[in-house]
Amino acid sequence: METKQYDVIILGGGPAGLTAGIYLARAKANALVVDTSTIGGQTVLTYEVANYPGVEKTSGYQLSSTMRKQAESFGCDIVSNVSVSNLEVDGKLKSLTVNGKIKYESKAIILATGGRSRTLNVPGEIEFKGKGISYCATCDGDFFQDKEIVVVGGGNSALEEADSLTKYASKVTILHEFDYFQALGHAVEKAKSNPKIEFIMKSHITEFHGDSKLTGISYESLDLGKKSVMKVDGVFIFIGYVANTEKLTDSGVGLNERGEVITDENLQTNIEGVFAAGDNRAVRYRQITTAVADGTIAALNTLEYINQ
Amino acid sequence: MILSTNLKHVATSAEHAETLANNKNVMICCGRMGPMCLPVYDVMEGLQSEYSHVEFRDMAFDSPEAGVIRNHPACRSFMGLPFVVYYKNGELVAATSSIQNRDQITEILDREF
Repeated sequence: METKQYDVIILGGGPAGLTAGIYLARAKANALVVDTSTIGGQTVLTYEVANYPGVEKTSGYQLSSTMRKQAESFGCDIVSNVSVSNLEVDGKLKSLTVNGKIKYESKAIILATGGRSRTLNVPGEIEFKGKGISYCATCDGDFFQDKEIVVVGGGNSALEEADSLTKYASKVTILHEFDYFQALGHAVEKAKSNPKIEFIMKSHITEFHGDSKLTGISYESLDLGKKSVMKVDGVFIFIGYVANTEKLTDSGVGLNERGEVITDENLQTNIEGVFAAGDNRAVRYRQITTAVADGTIAALNTLEYINQ
Repeated sequence: MILSTNLKHVATSAEHAETLANNKNVMICCGRMGPMCLPVYDVMEGLQSEYSHVEFRDMAFDSPEAGVIRNHPACRSFMGLPFVVYYKNGELVAATSSIQNRDQITEILDREF
């Protein structure tokens, strides 16, 4: 097996990982970004980014591409769409194996594995993905012209996307597990004032129904236990994110009960030379800006670590 | 109408037929330049060297010519971009709707080709 040496390996090529790559490579550290998927992480899945300071409206893909070019321009190596095995972080030398062919070794590692959309994990969800169940309103909204749909969730994404989906759908029902919304006031007001939007609170979906495509849902009232069935053509799910830390479970890196990486204020984990940055950390807010800040802090502390 | 990816494109239904006639194993991603499609194009680009026996192409979903994929019976129930179709010896052997990751795509490539 081929072995390659780096000063720092960054696992994950979203905004946190790319920012760390930019800072490390610019400081002349030999840095490698490895991603099991597309470079850009969740940002690539964002249709429009309008609140990234210094950049007027842009697409998530464009922003990610620019970050990637910046990192590469400073000499950061980047590999994407690879499978990672044998992640070893507990020794003085950290290592990971890519596609079972190349072993990368480094003095330090930054875990920037990001997160992914949370799924409901109820029967029928996998079967009807792309056949009535969607996680992207801008991508799939036009398949639901004059249809009746449900939006699951109560955060900003759910309420804003529900409002945008009324451009297509004849009726949008927001189904949420709590009796209040986590979304900001302006998003709640806009959804509540939209005549095409109805609300079912304190309820959750228990099953998706259909044949070749989705035709309905079963849902249950969480306070009364009342079970109901609703005919719907589509369901859009926006219920937050989970950390991509499955590969870290047996690595010795400290995780909390939600599987998020625990770090100190320097973003170092419980293992020396292992840092974490971005959406995989145990934090309240997950934004591109917070991931970028994490990437910066992790990179600077990693530099200090490898140079001590 | 073509997509701005680094993949080879299928622009017309005639090109679609020609691609199937000239290649034993074909994967076509029919989509837009949107969030659910871009990662799939990226995975396909990365797989080209590893799966040299497969012809990887894309096709613009909004082109009238893409009806050859959009209206295929296997895609009739699809309501999520991209529509990805796999052909072996000119016959459609697998089709998926919505975003797929590398593992999901290679699982189909390994199974069918």
